[in-house]
Amino acid sequence: MNTTTSDAVVAIIGAGTMGTCIAADMLFHGKQVVLVDISEQALGQARQEIAKVIRFAPAINKALASIDPAEAMASIQFTTELRAVAECPYIIENVTEDLAIKEALYTELASYMDKDSFIAVNTSCVSITRLAGLTRDPRQVIGVHFMNPSYMKPTVEVIKGFHTSETCIERTVQLLRELEKEAIIVNDYPGFVTNRISHLFMNEAAFVVQDGVAEPAQVDEIFKKCYGHKMGPLETADLIGLDTVVRSLDVLYQSYADSKFRCCPLLRKMVDAKLLGRKTGKGFFTYGIQ
Amino acid sequence: MNIHRPVRDYIQRNLVVFEDDMEWTDDTNIFQLGLVHSLFAMQLLQYIESEFRIVIENEDMDIRHFNSVNQIAAFIANKLDVATQGSQAREG
Repeated sequence: MNTTTSDAVVAIIGAGTMGTCIAADMLFHGKQVVLVDISEQALGQARQEIAKVIRFAPAINKALASIDPAEAMASIQFTTELRAVAECPYIIENVTEDLAIKEALYTELASYMDKDSFIAVNTSCVSITRLAGLTRDPRQVIGVHFMNPSYMKPTVEVIKGFHTSETCIERTVQLLRELEKEAIIVNDYPGFVTNRISHLFMNEAAFVVQDGVAEPAQVDEIFKKCYGHKMGPLETADLIGLDTVVRSLDVLYQSYADSKFRCCPLLRKMVDAKLLGRKTGKGFFTYGIQ
Repeated sequence: MNIHRPVRDYIQRNLVVFEDDMEWTDDTNIFQLGLVHSLFAMQLLQYIESEFRIVIENEDMDIRHFNSVNQIAAFIANKLDVATQGSQAREG
């Protein structure tokens, strides 16, 4: 266990897809992790997924060191108790991308966390400044937009809230460096750089399909073969989950009150029909049984 | 024991179907051709362990051993062979 780093223990709140892969990433880099979720079931799934990632991810990412699975799993605590974050100097929050849920969490968190702890909000669209305003010290709050899956991605978008301190930025960059990641630091407006732009691509690609301009495969082929993108916008939307894409578009639309973020009706219809992408086996494309 | 067929069927069930006429053989590099997502590799390794009741050791954790049906089948056959020899030696 590496205890010489500034944040040897990291708390992660929310054991969904992102929380789980970030926890595994931390374990690969010698951190101790406290993983918190309100659902025992989610924690059980996270435990299984992390064990799988610890064993198999080094096969696809040679930069990851093979570590002893038993030792790694001994370095992570799974808990439904939010108060378990009290001793953690760095907290990464990954709960559902729903403003009401996040706001309730931050209000509760204020009574447990140490006054010197930092909070990294892992969000795709929600304003960092708004959430920071719910904490005792908004200088200690920063946005860290990890990509999925974290242990495969060497770069992270880091977002300064209005009041985020230089100390908070330095600690965050240091932690990311220890995870062998580069931080690209930007300012806070909903969607930041990544999703403010990528969601326009995905949304307009859905409009193109809705209007009968091209088939989904054609849209993605154009992005991959003409622009050299690794994935097309519709394949990406399927990977993220169309329900998540719609939620993010709604946040952007509400935040900017700008019609350019209006959600494509086809996207909303597909979500209503449970065509959510990879996770349900069908979205713009069809996927095998996982 | 037929190894190729279940492995091929498993990969077939997990293809990302973008092009209906996509043809692939037991020698096709499924990752290089983009037939499956790179994260599928982890799922594939887990499948190999549970389906064929073998353990993939740390030193074998290299996706280059699992790029095609033929490579996967050879890896599994080798593991099963080693296991059988070990078992026979113990019985002898």
